[in-house]
Amino acid sequence: MSNQSSHTATQVRKAKDGIGYTLIHIISFFTLLPVLGIIFYIVANGAPTITWDFLTSMPTDGMRAGGILPAIVGTLYLTIGTAVFSVPLGVAAGIYLAEYAPQNIWTRFIRIAIISLAGIPSVVYGLFGLGMFVLFLKLGNSILAASLTLSIMTLPTIISTTEEALRVVPERFRVVCASLGASKWQGIRKIILPEAMPGILTGVILGLERAAGETAPILFTGATFFLPHLPSSPLDATMALPYHIFVISTQVPGMPLQIQFGSVLVLLVFVLVMNLSATTIRTRARRNRQW
Amino acid sequence: MSNSKISIRNYSLRYSDGVQALKNVSLEIHANAINVLFGPSGGGKSSLLRSINRLIDLADVDETSGQILFNGVNILDKEMPVSQLRRKIGMVFSRPIPLPKSIFENVAFGLRVAGENDPAVLHSKVEEALKQAYLWEEVYDRLDDPGISISGGQQQRLCLARVLALEPEVIMLDEPTSALDPVTTARIESFLQEIKDRITVIIAPHNMSQSARVADYATFFLQGELIEVGAGSKLFVNPQDQRTQDYVEGRFG
Amino acid sequence: MKDKVITRIIKIAGFSSIIIVLMIFYFLLKEGLPTLGEVALSDLFTTRWYPIEDYFGILPLFSGSLLVTFISIAIALPFGIGTAVYIAEIAPARVKEILKPLIEILAGIPSVVLGFIGIVFLSPTLRETFNLPTGLTAFTGALLLALISVPTIVSVAEDALNAVPQSYREASYALGVTRWQTIWQVTLPAARSGVITAVMLGISRTLGETMAVMMVTGNAPTMLQGIQSIFKPTRTMTATIASEMGEVASGSTHYHVLFFIGIVLFLFSLIINIISSHFSEKNRKEKEQVV
Repeated sequence: MSNQSSHTATQVRKAKDGIGYTLIHIISFFTLLPVLGIIFYIVANGAPTITWDFLTSMPTDGMRAGGILPAIVGTLYLTIGTAVFSVPLGVAAGIYLAEYAPQNIWTRFIRIAIISLAGIPSVVYGLFGLGMFVLFLKLGNSILAASLTLSIMTLPTIISTTEEALRVVPERFRVVCASLGASKWQGIRKIILPEAMPGILTGVILGLERAAGETAPILFTGATFFLPHLPSSPLDATMALPYHIFVISTQVPGMPLQIQFGSVLVLLVFVLVMNLSATTIRTRARRNRQW
Repeated sequence: MSNSKISIRNYSLRYSDGVQALKNVSLEIHANAINVLFGPSGGGKSSLLRSINRLIDLADVDETSGQILFNGVNILDKEMPVSQLRRKIGMVFSRPIPLPKSIFENVAFGLRVAGENDPAVLHSKVEEALKQAYLWEEVYDRLDDPGISISGGQQQRLCLARVLALEPEVIMLDEPTSALDPVTTARIESFLQEIKDRITVIIAPHNMSQSARVADYATFFLQGELIEVGAGSKLFVNPQDQRTQDYVEGRFG
Repeated sequence: MKDKVITRIIKIAGFSSIIIVLMIFYFLLKEGLPTLGEVALSDLFTTRWYPIEDYFGILPLFSGSLLVTFISIAIALPFGIGTAVYIAEIAPARVKEILKPLIEILAGIPSVVLGFIGIVFLSPTLRETFNLPTGLTAFTGALLLALISVPTIVSVAEDALNAVPQSYREASYALGVTRWQTIWQVTLPAARSGVITAVMLGISRTLGETMAVMMVTGNAPTMLQGIQSIFKPTRTMTATIASEMGEVASGSTHYHVLFFIGIVLFLFSLIINIISSHFSEKNRKEKEQVV
């Protein structure tokens, strides 16, 4: 009798487990379906638009025809500009936190500041860039102002990943370096930093990937609707792929769909290539690690 | 009695977590001899070794007091150039720790950070150091392989070569053979006998038999205190202090 | 000597994040605070946003942000946590290796691309399915935002689950508890702080998101009017800044009010992030106690 009831209880429990597992599988499936769906949808609709001409010529006919060269070049400029400012500063700050920072109230402040920076909405970075770089420093609506704004947005990512990458390098290497007469900085530069490099690089690329795809921070700091020529100085405003996509999908009536899909595909490939290279660097480094 | 190379005077060390690692230790390290520090783990041997080359700077230390004189200079002095000190007092750790570089670069590392960049000089010094550590014959044809690609015993000799390349006055070894096979252990012990005429050796062996085999002078540490010092195998055959006797006879530790 | 210079530079870089946060705060205040002299508080907290006629009531924008964020998190939460549970507790290693990069790719898709998908695919589909007058609604925005916050929730929650010691699970199995019950009654509760952090960061991400929302929510600054508002156009704080800042004269009242909204967003994100970092710290401490 009791044997039978416990048998039934087990069956109920098993059935519950089965439902639960199925549910989790379905949920995970529906979380990931959009990723593949979006990529497939964009590639299928955008691929026919991609020709050499589309990538390398200027837009014509009020952007309703021709190519998207200035937007591609602009995004490249902005990404490089962002790297120029954010990488040295972010990596140095990460080194400070991992290797030098004492455990005191100031270090706590630094960490709170980084957490805060990481959470600030991108459009608020745009406001800050407008107030500080465009108006106060009088850089105007320019590649320089937009790059600086994007750099500051990217900074927390680069700092955190650099710190993390340095922390996983075993402490014993630091001790050995010191025991062989290396100064702290020599040990960091010759051993610790090279070992952390793949991790740092992964973080840098993921940070820049986000910067390359962002629109809100450059809306009022450097992006422009249309430019009949390529920018010739860092103080010129520029077209950029994300902003261009926003413009042609919402602001230009009668915009041919294939040009919209084509532009979106180019941006998507741009960020996916960065994403993939970051993932590849990380996997390869983990495999080749000597510790 | 031979002359003193390092003179430790009333030295105490406390870590930030409150652990009193060493209590008022006074000890002479004799030049051109093998100086053995022994005792149960946690007795303060490692802390003393790491104090002599100031590696404790890397740990969380609350307070030190007393003096450690090396060639007559107090190395605990804040103004002491620690990089130079560490080149003169080399250290080998209990586990082989090759740097994540090639065999060649492992040995060249200390020379490079000391400012030596001439490839010819580097090559001859690396070769010389590897020969001294009896490793040259085994690795001369694969100097560019990673340091971790060789066996554990070879790695520990690589670490020894790395220290020898700097032509130190003192070598400290912290349980250097605890992870090694008997053959390699014997090789390293006989090597220490060879070099002691020109390099002062301080060793904290991981077992009693090694302590007894190699000691010219032996010091027994227990819970941060220096209990007893003696020349040769005296401490192992005829200890004066009851605690030393208990330890040697295996009654604790 | 060289060492000292480099150490100094690294230290300055380390402190840069504090300086940047202060600068952001300063410039937002500088451009936003004049609002309080130009618009009476009683006018600011009204329900009419119509800047052309000097109506600066920010309540509709506020309610728009809350509405979209609320629906979005309600959708993202089960999917995010479910997927995290699947990856951390159920999925075989091979599946994990496919899922994690996919989640990272989703995190990397620029919001403007999601907004584009919203315009060309999602909103027409929703309009036809639910027979709505327009597909540009709060719900459309919330769906896209769920896609944006899911990667954040998944990765933070997964880390928290992975940090739960294996011994907890083993002890539970040893008592005859099934794997499914263990997940809900042992592992998830043990990872509680981390899961809360994940949700908070998801909220922060959702509240701050700009482009996707702006492109698909129909841009109508109307007050919340019960449940039917879900399928009506709305307007968030972020979208308001992004769509109007380009057209205002700098120094005008409208300009100041937009910065004022920026301050509100900044403070929101600051509070959420500092609270969630408090939770993640708690999580770390709990872990240390176990160790």
